[in-house]
Amino acid sequence: MIGILTNHWSEFLSGFWNTILCSLIALFFSLILGVGFALLEVAPNKFGRAVAHVYIEIFRNIPLLVITMIFYLVVPQIWFKVSGFAAGTIGLTLYTSAFIAETVRAGINSVGDGQMEGARSNGMTYTQAMRYVILPQALKIVIPPLGNQFINLIKNSSVLAFVAGFDLMYQADVIAFSSFETINTYIVVGLFYLVLTLPLSYYMRHLEKKLA
Amino acid sequence: MENFIHAYSWINIRFLLQGLWVTIYVSLISIALSFILGLVFGFIRYVKIKYLSAIVGFVIDIIRNLPLLLIIFFTYFGLPELGIITNPTVASIIALVVFEGAMLAEIVRSGIAAVDPGQMEGARSNGMTYMQAMYHVIIPQALNKMIPSLLSQFVSLVKDTSLATIIVLPELLFHAQIIYSQNTTYLIPMYVIIAVMYFIVCFSLSMVAKHLQSKY
Repeated sequence: MIGILTNHWSEFLSGFWNTILCSLIALFFSLILGVGFALLEVAPNKFGRAVAHVYIEIFRNIPLLVITMIFYLVVPQIWFKVSGFAAGTIGLTLYTSAFIAETVRAGINSVGDGQMEGARSNGMTYTQAMRYVILPQALKIVIPPLGNQFINLIKNSSVLAFVAGFDLMYQADVIAFSSFETINTYIVVGLFYLVLTLPLSYYMRHLEKKLA
Repeated sequence: MENFIHAYSWINIRFLLQGLWVTIYVSLISIALSFILGLVFGFIRYVKIKYLSAIVGFVIDIIRNLPLLLIIFFTYFGLPELGIITNPTVASIIALVVFEGAMLAEIVRSGIAAVDPGQMEGARSNGMTYMQAMYHVIIPQALNKMIPSLLSQFVSLVKDTSLATIIVLPELLFHAQIIYSQNTTYLIPMYVIIAVMYFIVCFSLSMVAKHLQSKY
């Protein structure tokens, strides 16, 4: 097992780095999209609500792998060329943003109606009340579930292996089949993933207890 | 447009429906088995049996924090190295049951923990044993609370079966890939229809979840 790690150290490291990079990019954009669609979903505008609803349901109910493959194979045929890494990251972003939107919407709904009424009757506009009163409280509530979404995002980034995205899982595949030491390779790769996900997972559980 | 009409010939649609059937039955078997596993291990983790619960909890945490794809690879390519030969169907079911079982165990544990401790005290002071109180009072209430999370985990499971294409499980995505690898002009029509098929299956399950969530 140590042999596998030292012989293929640079492949593991580059895969690890690509997994982290893709997860961070996808996290950043899915947070923006997710919060945006959550705001649309609770807004008084009927049309906006309908759009947000359709977006969320579509991306929540189609497998991530299918979304990713559509960007990898279908989009280049009708629009522009996408690399494997980009296709995977776009797929991950859209898929995760739907879950984040649902989480943030639940958070906004859990802030009492009185907060909005109070802010409005103090002369704030709807947007101001959202921006300064509701959203800060909602985001604080949803930190643990958002953390869990981030853990899922890191695990899901393994779909990059399907589209030659050079992530950890892709490297695992290559190393396993060139060295014929499948089990050892998978154990090493598993440890790399756990280094990222396990501490986050324990920290989120700790936060949940603290906030509860 | 012509592509679409040719791509959706009855032979192709029937082939896709066979794939959809594999997706559904692998999902149903995995849901049933992982639910049992989740209930047992979630319960063990909750009751805090000395050593056993700590070990079970640690193993569950490890499995939950690994990508499912890695577990699928492990069961299909890794197990033969240990002398256990499986076929794609068995390997995917094992991987799905292990992974989703761990996810469900966590849902079950937190569901039981969310039941008001007064319920247990009340049941015990009415003369029930610990196991009776669990079985007749705590677990039914916990299950009610868990239903939405359980169902959304089942939706995830259905979507996750698509990952098993990589070990040539003949499910929906894999059958679509066979069709468009024979005629590449069918690529777009195939992805459109399988996206719709997955959506119909998962969305109906999500709707059941929403309905139950508003009911309880």
